Amino acid sequence: MNIIDTIFKFNGGIKADTKKSVSTVRPIKKIKMPKQLILPLRQHVGKVAKLKVNIGEKVLKGQLLAEADGNVSAAIHAPTSGTVASLEKQLIPHPSGLPDYCVTLIPDGKDTWIEKKPINWKKIDRKETIKKISESGIVGLGGATFPTHLKLNNNNEVKTLIVNAAECEPYITCDDMLMREKSAELVEGIRLALHLLGAQNAIIGIEDNKPEAIEKLALLIKNDANISIKIVPTIYPSGDAKRLIYLITGIQIAKGKRSTEYGMQMFNVATIVALYKFIHCGEPSITRIITITGKVRTPNNYEVLFGTPLSDLIIDAGGKASKNGSFIMGGPMMGYKLPSVNVPVTKAMNCVIDAEPEMIENNNPVLPCIRCAKCAEACPVNLQPQELFWFSQSNQFEKAENYNLFDCIECGCCSYVCPSNIPLVQYYRYAKSEIISDRYAKEEADIARERNDFRLERLQREKEERAKKIAERKANTSSDEKSKVIDEKRKAITEALERVKQEGVSEKND
Amino acid sequence: MINQQSPFIQKAASVTNIMLMVILALVPGLIFYVYFFGVGVLLNVFVASLTALIAEYFVLKMRKLPPKVYLSDGSALVAAWLLALSIPSIAPWWIIVVGTLFTIVIAKHFYGGLGSNIFNPAMIGYAVLLISFPAIMTKWPSPIENSLSIESIRQALQVFFYGLTQVGDGLTSATPLDYIKTELLQGQILPDITIRNFGLATILTSNQIISLAYLLGGIVLLHKKIISWHLPITYLLSLAFISGLFHLIDPNNYSTISFHLLNGGTMLCAFFIITDPVSGPTTPKGKIWFACMVAILVYVIRVFGGYPEGIAFAVIFMNICVPLIDNLTQPKVFGHG
Repeated sequence: MNIIDTIFKFNGGIKADTKKSVSTVRPIKKIKMPKQLILPLRQHVGKVAKLKVNIGEKVLKGQLLAEADGNVSAAIHAPTSGTVASLEKQLIPHPSGLPDYCVTLIPDGKDTWIEKKPINWKKIDRKETIKKISESGIVGLGGATFPTHLKLNNNNEVKTLIVNAAECEPYITCDDMLMREKSAELVEGIRLALHLLGAQNAIIGIEDNKPEAIEKLALLIKNDANISIKIVPTIYPSGDAKRLIYLITGIQIAKGKRSTEYGMQMFNVATIVALYKFIHCGEPSITRIITITGKVRTPNNYEVLFGTPLSDLIIDAGGKASKNGSFIMGGPMMGYKLPSVNVPVTKAMNCVIDAEPEMIENNNPVLPCIRCAKCAEACPVNLQPQELFWFSQSNQFEKAENYNLFDCIECGCCSYVCPSNIPLVQYYRYAKSEIISDRYAKEEADIARERNDFRLERLQREKEERAKKIAERKANTSSDEKSKVIDEKRKAITEALERVKQEGVSEKND
Repeated sequence: MINQQSPFIQKAASVTNIMLMVILALVPGLIFYVYFFGVGVLLNVFVASLTALIAEYFVLKMRKLPPKVYLSDGSALVAAWLLALSIPSIAPWWIIVVGTLFTIVIAKHFYGGLGSNIFNPAMIGYAVLLISFPAIMTKWPSPIENSLSIESIRQALQVFFYGLTQVGDGLTSATPLDYIKTELLQGQILPDITIRNFGLATILTSNQIISLAYLLGGIVLLHKKIISWHLPITYLLSLAFISGLFHLIDPNNYSTISFHLLNGGTMLCAFFIITDPVSGPTTPKGKIWFACMVAILVYVIRVFGGYPEGIAFAVIFMNICVPLIDNLTQPKVFGHG
């Protein structure tokens, strides 16, 4: 074990008032079993999970409700024992505010576990273990919700496991509290993850504002030569994957490349604890820790079952779960406003802020950009946000792309420091979506054009083939036969004409 | 406006605060200015501010922009102050009014107003005045013994309202830069010029102290991170280097480093004029190039050109180059090799 001090500072970043201490004074809390649990079938990056139970069916805690559909997907398990009440569209925590398919589970209050099957990971092949993990429902719990088994299965050789314990967003403390209270599980999980990745060493990247967690972890890993802690300064966005890797190793992951191509893989601390629980205890992913903070009376961290109504937590923390309130999911820098407080806790929900009105309503006037370049000083990607803004607002998307718009990680540092109060990130999101939809439209048009070209070609070909066939047929019938045919026809015509004449005469006679 | 998207928190000095800080940083220089040369400069600053605010108000009305929001950004005031401090304190009122109107209406709003003016507005106003009224613009007041006495205040008011010719030329001398230039052209050498002219020596001391007061204000701005170090430091170093080089080669014909750094508005230029973000470059490297080029141009114009007080021309010329400089000095983006 060792604590490494040298860090490689990236450009800019911000030192915000972290407001973390309010939610770390009390231990992680649990609340009583909710009346119902609402489980969206899509809680992860990838395909929607396939429902495997019938409505009305009784299920046990940890039982599979919906299985992963293909490789890029994750399973959903019953967070407690009870009855599957319905499958219908309900409001989910998503910025669109659109409902999505959710399973409603009515707990029976007994909380009876299904038979747990811990995995003896030291005995069996690691590929096999990873395969089992693909049924665990574990996804990245830092908020990205990318299925974890995919990150364990690499074509590239991974040498270093980077444990993301930075938790750089203000307000959020769920990882800090997890490290304080479940440090043993975390360290055991790191050893496990090292094995699963076939990696040689692990580095825990943690911000210097978590001394308690650092102390606990340092104590636990003092005999592990291959696990070290790297304390990084409290500068947002130090927890961004590429920024953290740079802080720790000095390696910049190039645009479009993955960290595994550089022999590194990164996991969030909560994800590692979830892995530990699955392998050691046989418990699938059914809970997470979530920070409830903001203007609630007692900001706190909760260990909750997925599907727990958010309003239950807000009320427990002494807040008002009213319709008029504004709730931000995730941190204040990159989170989004929830459509309602009546949404369930999902795998992605690391923090909910009961927002003060001034966080939501920004009444300061927006002034023109004065090119002060404070944004450029703050940009952790070293972009020129003032130029990107100029190009985005004037719809010069090509130029925006040339100025590396798509390198923007939307961390919000530029907006945070802008003296003109310009919502810069919104402009970048707009420009990105316009460029993407343009690209899509162009692709569609290309496909349509190809199809049309193909059709025209086919028509032409058919025409030519027909003409050819006719010509062939003509050539095949000999000239003798032809004249014979023509003579016969002529004969028939003259006969017919004569018949008509005669009939005409007879009619007149009548 | 309603901001419904992240980030939900912000911590930034508003444009108003930034402009206010710039004005505050000018105050020490202003105080010494008054102390040495009388209250004339206060009249300049007052009339320039008033003209600027009125002109800004009417232009904003015409452009159908909310005057309250834009007037309170303070940018018009800063431009007015910079112009007023650049103009000799013995200039008549109409010089100030004409210069300020040019600054606000033409240099600022004709180009699109706050954030869009490609030239430094105060420098455009100054250049127009310098070309149009060179006689007035190159006359510097002689230091006054007791600048706040009733008599000197009365004199300042007279000059301000009736112009110098009405009051008498005894109060003035050429600016040091202009004076030395003329003398050098007449075949004099520098050591003689400075020894012979006692008045010049006192002007030089006064100017130096005012310059140091601007430097102090500038350091405050640096400390408060309202301006970045790239521009002023590079500018001063470059000017020091080039003037030192020439002085070393021929001390009889080329003034010392301290003469160039502490005269002719060098400090004002370093911390308050080239640091105008709107008309300046945005990239760190670009700022260095920009400041270095302004310094070279300032020296060339002062020493070899026809306008010894020609900082404005150097700044305006480099303003034209800003898009190119920005384009050529893009910093390396994270993860791009």
